[in-house]
Amino acid sequence: MTFIYPTGSNAAHPLPLSPDYKSSIKRAPNKPLIPMPHTLSELTGPVYGHETVREGDNDLTRQHAGEPLGERIIVHGYVRDEDGRGVPNSLVEIWQANSCGRYVHVRDQHPAPLDPNFTGAGRTVSDASGYYRFVTIKPGAYPWGNHHNAWRPAHIHLSVFGHSFVTRLVTQMYFPSDPLFPFDPIFNSVPDEKARARMVSSFDLENTQPEWALCYRFDIVLRGKDATPMENH
Amino acid sequence: MQESAKPDGITPSQTVGPFFKYGLTPTGEYAWNDAFTNSTLTPDVSGDRIRIEGKVFDGDGVAVPDAMLEIWQADAQGRFADPQDKRALPNASFRGFARCGTDKDGNYSFETIKPGVVPDPEGKPQAPHILLAVFGRGMLRHLYTRIYFNDETGNAADPVLALVPADRRATLTAVREAGKPVYRLDLHLQGDNETVFFDV
Repeated sequence: MTFIYPTGSNAAHPLPLSPDYKSSIKRAPNKPLIPMPHTLSELTGPVYGHETVREGDNDLTRQHAGEPLGERIIVHGYVRDEDGRGVPNSLVEIWQANSCGRYVHVRDQHPAPLDPNFTGAGRTVSDASGYYRFVTIKPGAYPWGNHHNAWRPAHIHLSVFGHSFVTRLVTQMYFPSDPLFPFDPIFNSVPDEKARARMVSSFDLENTQPEWALCYRFDIVLRGKDATPMENH
Repeated sequence: MQESAKPDGITPSQTVGPFFKYGLTPTGEYAWNDAFTNSTLTPDVSGDRIRIEGKVFDGDGVAVPDAMLEIWQADAQGRFADPQDKRALPNASFRGFARCGTDKDGNYSFETIKPGVVPDPEGKPQAPHILLAVFGRGMLRHLYTRIYFNDETGNAADPVLALVPADRRATLTAVREAGKPVYRLDLHLQGDNETVFFDV
């Protein structure tokens, strides 16, 4: 079988079953995935959703009457493919906890305060070079019931489309040098250390705005058409 | 900003988690608008309008109330709403993509049209089908499957269904309700009835 998007690239992903992440035990398939060729159905993908992006949707600090509490940050980078080409015109959606580690989601019961000036959702479209940019506040770490004293490292959830249905990616962006990394089964579900490092943003002093906001750089790397994967050869 | 060197691989997937609804599928319940709904329909879309519905279950047979499903499909003539489909002019009046979250009882539904025939890489016809991606808490990467239709004679010659053991094909086949344009397909993430998921 030949693949226009090499499936070897998928080795960077977590295995479906990662028993340390308890919720995966009953939700990961037990049977092997069935390989199949990429047909036109897999090689095409949605190019809409963009019209719903309103001006200011990429600034999560300006969606309410006042400014949210927390450390204001810029998160920016490129949507790229694994050969380094920018992926233009791709919808990027984000959602995150507030600076106290609390989501507005009704099922989040963590007893940390909600912030009336922060919803925590944003979206944007990458430009012709693949560049995207958000302004938000740094999310807090929060406890979860996976195991005794379990805390998620601070993270921002991202959803990205790319050029086809097989480049679809939902991931989480982490912050550099988080002391919770060694203890987080979701972060560590990615078996390869280098691949884990690709989920961690880098502090970007050059693009930090003095007297206003720190900056983090995060490139989102999607599967590439006719790409030559670096791994697994 | 400087572009950096060739990446050493793709960004790994991480779970969508339990708290995506306010960002990805708010449906009026949060201070955010939907980029997508559970409908692919536009007012002037042509083709047979159908509804696909079902439930998502985990390995214990318990309904999954926090899954997110996305579909991608061709229009009634088998054309995709993507300029990468070079066979004909893209059909601007059909989007082909929809998203929905399961409700508290694990139910999902999509409003769409019955897709047409799409060729495989060798030009052989594929039976009408819809691509389905399944996301959820506990799922570190989304899963890909396909929805076929029990009233399509082309299923017997479909090159992708042919890759699936015969006794598992029913997990990919939505069943039409008598007298209604409604198809039903339950998804089982695990267990005896486990849905066929594809490595793409």
